[in-house]
Amino acid sequence: MQKLLLLGDEAIAQGAIDAGISGVYAYPGTPSTEITEYIQASQEAKERDIKSMWSSNEKTAMETAIGMSYAGKKSLVCMKHVGLNVAADAFINSAITGANGGLVVLSADDPSMHSSQNEQDSRFYGKFSFVPILEPSNQQEAYDMTRYAFELSEKFSIPVLLRITTRLAHSRAGVTRAETQAENELKLPSDPRQFILLPAIARKQYNNLLAKQEAMEEDAMTSGNNTYIDGDDKSIGVIACGLGYNYLIENFEDGKVPYPVLKVNQYPVPKKMVQKLYDSVDEILVLEDGYPILEELLRGFLNLGKTVKGRLDGSIPRAGELNPNIVGSALGMEILQGFEAAESVEGRPPQLCEGCGHWDSFGALNEALEPYSAGRVLSDIGCYTLSALPPLQAINTCVDMGASITMAIGAAEAGLVPAVAAIGDSTFTHSGMTGLLDAVNRKAPITVLLNDNATTGMTGGQDSSALGKVEDICRGVGVDEAHIRLIKPLRRLHEENVKVISEELEYNGVSVIIARRECVQTLGRRMKLKALEKKKASPEI
Amino acid sequence: MFLYDLYGSNFTQMKKDIMLAGVGGQGILTIATIIGTAALSEGLQLKQAEVHGMSQRGGDVQSHLRISSKNIASDLIPEGKADLVISVEPMESLRYVNMLHKEKGWLITSMNPFNNIANYPDLELVLKDIWKLPQYVTIDAEKVAKEQGSIRAANIVVLGAASPYLDIEFELLEDAIKTVFSRKGEDMVKLNIKALHAGRDYANKST
Repeated sequence: MQKLLLLGDEAIAQGAIDAGISGVYAYPGTPSTEITEYIQASQEAKERDIKSMWSSNEKTAMETAIGMSYAGKKSLVCMKHVGLNVAADAFINSAITGANGGLVVLSADDPSMHSSQNEQDSRFYGKFSFVPILEPSNQQEAYDMTRYAFELSEKFSIPVLLRITTRLAHSRAGVTRAETQAENELKLPSDPRQFILLPAIARKQYNNLLAKQEAMEEDAMTSGNNTYIDGDDKSIGVIACGLGYNYLIENFEDGKVPYPVLKVNQYPVPKKMVQKLYDSVDEILVLEDGYPILEELLRGFLNLGKTVKGRLDGSIPRAGELNPNIVGSALGMEILQGFEAAESVEGRPPQLCEGCGHWDSFGALNEALEPYSAGRVLSDIGCYTLSALPPLQAINTCVDMGASITMAIGAAEAGLVPAVAAIGDSTFTHSGMTGLLDAVNRKAPITVLLNDNATTGMTGGQDSSALGKVEDICRGVGVDEAHIRLIKPLRRLHEENVKVISEELEYNGVSVIIARRECVQTLGRRMKLKALEKKKASPEI
Repeated sequence: MFLYDLYGSNFTQMKKDIMLAGVGGQGILTIATIIGTAALSEGLQLKQAEVHGMSQRGGDVQSHLRISSKNIASDLIPEGKADLVISVEPMESLRYVNMLHKEKGWLITSMNPFNNIANYPDLELVLKDIWKLPQYVTIDAEKVAKEQGSIRAANIVVLGAASPYLDIEFELLEDAIKTVFSRKGEDMVKLNIKALHAGRDYANKST
């Protein structure tokens, strides 16, 4: 079969299609977004009617996938690492219910925080919930292991966590496809009480889960996903997880590492394989593109065994993603240096697009806030977070999805009145709506600036669950109609907009100012498409 | 060009590590796609790490493009080992000189600044820093592109200027442009082929 040139994300998407999924559930989040987008664009997926509409947030996505698994079909759920925090309640309990149809949870981590607010390691979640984890190290493995994840899920009736990092998600290489598996038929669980987590049942299910651990470890021995590669030089042995393996072999001509290596791509890591390595070498280097999870286990609290090198002893930097040079240095190899940094290079941080409505929206907010002391704008996650940077410097916080409104309530209750919450439309329906209900119930004196650009902008313009519903939601949770104001963030309407915001800042209750203007990126794409269609409809005379 | 052994049909080893640099939205991924398409048509292996997400909003972006006749391990090019830095913006080209191989490395860049920051340095200082390097090509890509018909082909002019250093048959790059631009119409294909030639001619004359 011909090789496809695919991003790691796309390899996972194709793997899931070929594994016979009936649905993919997700909320956009860098670096995981392209998985769902690939399935949405796939002709094959269309023909098979694979469900692929965006969910409102990661929790609803996770729960929908559990529902599909309950009904016997295979489903994939995708999110970025911090999305797994949102979905954690559902995810951890899905390990207790177990799966019926294959259930695979993809979490894309972002070590070095290229596009994130932390670099948490999803493998902790896998361990925390006692489910198997697969961690591919290249695009072909991403494809193969996605398929294997579904097999594993159905074999052990358990959700499987598929963990990748940004580097694999957004790097392309050739991938060979394998035979397509059939989708499952609708089939309820053989035990009708499997998904009822009443304490009495949950206790039984939890014991079942614990009892599976040994077999899961055995599978990680025999699946071929973990490999022991012997080497003559026993002065050190290397445990290389996921991408760590690539960076290791990059340092050696033809990839021939002189040391024994344990290549880890499936967890729980088989103790027997680790024992074999430990017994045959003088010391161990652990390479993990994330937190030092295995390293910490191996080292133990008192660190009384053989020397374990890694992130904890400083052989590898404590934070940030791995690369070939970091690994080479940890092995004491000589590292080639490039040219010294040039003096004339300045930083070039990302910024709001030219013509973006957020410029006008936050420009007006800045002016309306001039009479008040600084530090009043609690903001959120989205393109508008960039308004923290000069020249706008308009916002004071960004913590997690939806936190603007709830943090504004807390700040207002502490006495910071008025407090402003700045949030986008997609983030609002992701996690802002419930906070707005809190605000209404508590009669909190906050002003919500809801920047409605009719899309999920930062991740590249995916459909927003909020489209056409924002006013209704605000009214529905009880915001006073008179304090739901609509403005159009345009430069020529600046004075008007400042006036509206000023009025609402003075109001001692919940107000929502909807600043509505389409994202310039999606608008541009729409216009291009329209022009193309017009050209097609009227061929040149 | 250099892929087949002159003295027989043995597949000789080929390996190029290329850093592509620019500002989000300047079209460095188009350059990567064209080189990648040409490399694949030669039966070479390829890995290409891209930047998606936040930085695409007018920030600095880079792509690690690795091409080899053998398996490629790392998605990232090791520091100090890049054969080429190809940049569509002069200051951005300098951001990656630490990646460049000190003996083998060539830096090929457009001389046209993309000025979207308040503290953009004096262009002369930037160019002086570039001209300190032992091996470089600097090209007024916008001017050359304009002469070929449109400033929009400036990125392909830069690719043309880099083409003598790629070890990929020039005809294959032309074919790749045809493949990549075909859905945008015959005029775009023609423009970009002309831009590719103009860039290469400039590089060949200047070095």
